[in-house]
Amino acid sequence: MGIVADLKRRLFRWRSDGTAPLRLAQRRIFILPTRAGLLFAAALLAMLTGAINYNLALGHALVFLLAGLALVGMVHAFRNLHGLCIAPGRCVPVFAGEVAHFPLHLSSDRNAPRLALELRAADETRSVATAVAAHGLSDVAVPVASVRRGWLELPRTRLATTYPLGLFVAWSYLQPSMRCLVYPQPLPTPLPPPQATNRTGDHHGDGGQEDFSGFRQRQPADSPRHVAWKASARDAGQRPLLVKQFAGGARSELQLDWSLTPDAAAPETRIAILAGWVLAAADEGACYGLRLPGQEIAPDSGEAHRHRCLEALALFPK
Amino acid sequence: MSTRPAETLDRGAAPWLFAAALATTMPHFAHQPVWLSVLATAIFAWAGWLWWRNERLPGRWPLALLVAIASGGVLFEFRTLFGRDAGVAMLVVFMALKLLELRSRRDATVVVTLGYFLLLTHYFYSQSIPTGLWLLAAMTLLTATLIRLNGGPLSTTVATLRYAGLLTLQAVPFMLVLYLLFPRVAGPLWGLPQDANSGRSGLSDQMTPGNIANLALSSEIAFRARFAEPPPQRDKLYWRGPVLENYDGLTWRPQGGRGRPPQIEALSPPIAYETTLEPQQQRWLLALDAPGALGPEFVLSGTLTATSREPLSQRQRFALTATLDFRFNPNEDADALRRNLTLPPERNPRARALAQSWKETTPDPADLVKKALSLFAEEKFFYTLQPPLLGEQPVDDFLFDTRRGFCEHYASAFVFLMRAAGVPARIVTGYQGGEANPVDGFVVVRQSDAHAWAEVWLAGSGWTRVDPTAAVSPARVEGGIAAAMPAGEPVPALIQLRSDWMRTLLFRWEAVNNAWNQYVLGYNPQRQRELLARLGMPDADWRKLAAALAIVCGVLLLAVTAWTLHQRPRLDPAARLWQKALRRLARSKVNCAPWETPLALLQRVETEHPSLAPALREIVVAYLQARYSGIPDDLTTLRAALARLP
Repeated sequence: MGIVADLKRRLFRWRSDGTAPLRLAQRRIFILPTRAGLLFAAALLAMLTGAINYNLALGHALVFLLAGLALVGMVHAFRNLHGLCIAPGRCVPVFAGEVAHFPLHLSSDRNAPRLALELRAADETRSVATAVAAHGLSDVAVPVASVRRGWLELPRTRLATTYPLGLFVAWSYLQPSMRCLVYPQPLPTPLPPPQATNRTGDHHGDGGQEDFSGFRQRQPADSPRHVAWKASARDAGQRPLLVKQFAGGARSELQLDWSLTPDAAAPETRIAILAGWVLAAADEGACYGLRLPGQEIAPDSGEAHRHRCLEALALFPK
Repeated sequence: MSTRPAETLDRGAAPWLFAAALATTMPHFAHQPVWLSVLATAIFAWAGWLWWRNERLPGRWPLALLVAIASGGVLFEFRTLFGRDAGVAMLVVFMALKLLELRSRRDATVVVTLGYFLLLTHYFYSQSIPTGLWLLAAMTLLTATLIRLNGGPLSTTVATLRYAGLLTLQAVPFMLVLYLLFPRVAGPLWGLPQDANSGRSGLSDQMTPGNIANLALSSEIAFRARFAEPPPQRDKLYWRGPVLENYDGLTWRPQGGRGRPPQIEALSPPIAYETTLEPQQQRWLLALDAPGALGPEFVLSGTLTATSREPLSQRQRFALTATLDFRFNPNEDADALRRNLTLPPERNPRARALAQSWKETTPDPADLVKKALSLFAEEKFFYTLQPPLLGEQPVDDFLFDTRRGFCEHYASAFVFLMRAAGVPARIVTGYQGGEANPVDGFVVVRQSDAHAWAEVWLAGSGWTRVDPTAAVSPARVEGGIAAAMPAGEPVPALIQLRSDWMRTLLFRWEAVNNAWNQYVLGYNPQRQRELLARLGMPDADWRKLAAALAIVCGVLLLAVTAWTLHQRPRLDPAARLWQKALRRLARSKVNCAPWETPLALLQRVETEHPSLAPALREIVVAYLQARYSGIPDDLTTLRAALARLP
């Protein structure tokens, strides 16, 4: 590890245990002039030279007032971050290749609003802007692109502000212990045939159409009468429409088995195929099980089951 | 939530930038060529129109064309693109054009930085108190624009302006410290452009009829003087400028060279005074006659004119002494005397003949002087600022035909007569008189006090001052030009003021301005040294100053930080009303113990002071409602209940 990296690790480590809310104190906040600040400094230097050359007393006063303004602006940029409370939130799993969002809850007990806060994870081009009202709260989600399946840790995140004057940037590095589950990228493949022999006489499906087993996303072919309006309305309508699923005797039972995937394919491809099957099966509302080398999940259906299967695939050793 | 919010410029920011651009360029319209102001205004209007209609900004070519047009115009008007006025004109054009190029936050930042720079350029033209105040307001507007740019649409107009004001106020202590302690360098650092200090009127170094009359219509202040004791009589105040000895028949010019050092024999004790010269791009100190010892930065010529080694291009202050009664060069060079008897041949024959006739009757020079003065006093000569034009024989025309003139006509005619009669004589120009400001005690000498008088050399007493204008119009010398002018002649409004309250107001305003000039604008390297000596750092060099500055600024920065981070706790309004109720109860000898909840207190009051209970019950219920029900800001019931409490 190079000296710089070592220094960075020491300087910017999250001083709490990583899950507790963090309150930004002066030791965590760094300040440097921005490019606009350097332009401003150059302008001040030119103005000072002009004031000296033409012997302008008020010119001197103006330059000095502006210099004072820059200093005061620096203090206020610092204040814009100082005392801000940050608590980590809960991440929603994403598929590899999608953008994972790491939610953070910002809260301020200051009498003045904190405007123009920008959060950006390390090595990310995407950033997110937010503001916290006086004595207010704000929830932001830091975007991070996911590449591989498995756990995605939130990289060191830079919380920066140039408010109020834009001449100085005050920033702090956040690295709460947050991780987001990244499902494998699914490969759409036709489902294997249902293995009727395997589970004949199983008690599943006894309840017929009346046996509620969970929700799935509504497909255009579903009748509007089957939409679970109450469940869909949760989270202020942010969710897609859900349809109630019933464990019915008419449904087939699937066993999604590692051995059913082509032997010649690379392990990652086989995982992707399995993930595709899980999604397809869940979309059909089928009752499916998953069998991986050294791991088996009994057939079931529903959102929780789907998550369990995808999690197993995501965390399957490489 | 947008990506890269730093780069986008929201629509609501544009009005701020337009206002900032207008506030920083508009005052320049007063002294710029009209076409430039029109061009800038047109560009402003265009940019505003595009913004209003939400239309696309022009591309690169129209902008390049506008830059070319403006640069060509400036080049044609000022003959250069650099220099002071041309540079300012270019900055104004760039400011206007930048508004047609507002795409990103960076463009907007450039506008604000340019605006700050433009503020400085206003001080080339005026450093008065109103200019200072206006520019302070414009600066706050620029700062508010910067805050609005960085805060985005969430920063509301009033809050933004308030915030800008707060930041400016917090910056003031830094400005004061820097103003006093920043190591001052005496400018200029390099040769100034030709037009650096143009547009300032003052005495000229030659005299052709009409010169001083132009000055006389200006009420601008030439210099101020403060005497250690009460100022001398007005008719003793002759402020000496250039002495004109060479006459070509039309124009009087000074003799070049320093000449022999003057010999002054003081006949009265010297008086001390301090003079503050307004910049006039000349070298004359305009010392009170006759000047005493001078500092090393001045040269005293053989004709008693004190000149500075450097042109006085800034307002400067000097401590001087003067002797009002003196004998000047009783033993003059033969050369100098011959020079002051020379007249151009074949001019003004009638005046020559008159002088010859006087000389034949009274050869005594002192009598000849009296003779000439009585001519002006007894014949019909008039004092006027609008003399008729004189022809090829100006002295003859004036003495025998027009007989109307200003001080320079009288001085010129008098010296001509004296020389023609064989008495060495010359013209002295400068200022005469001055008005004491009762508010601060400074004697103010204006351009309208410019004057020309004569000096004749008499054996035994040397060069003797003779003021022929006094013979014609004694009021000019005793009461100033306004007193001397007949009714109906144009006199500058300020000099003309007769009503008392306006005069008082004028005196006060000028006293404030003078204090501003003396203590604020007049703070220079020398005064900084004096201040530091008084602060106990007599030999402070720039290193010590930098260290002192760093310490003071550091302490200030800490103070500002502490003040900024500290916040006064906000007491809940309902809690405040509850405290008020408790104070009222205490008057009825009911004290709430610190551990008592409102309900516990109520219970106790119900048993101990049943008379208070109903009113208190209402208050407690309303208080608990207001504080804990979660319905915001409903304090009316609580207030009403509180009012019912005895």
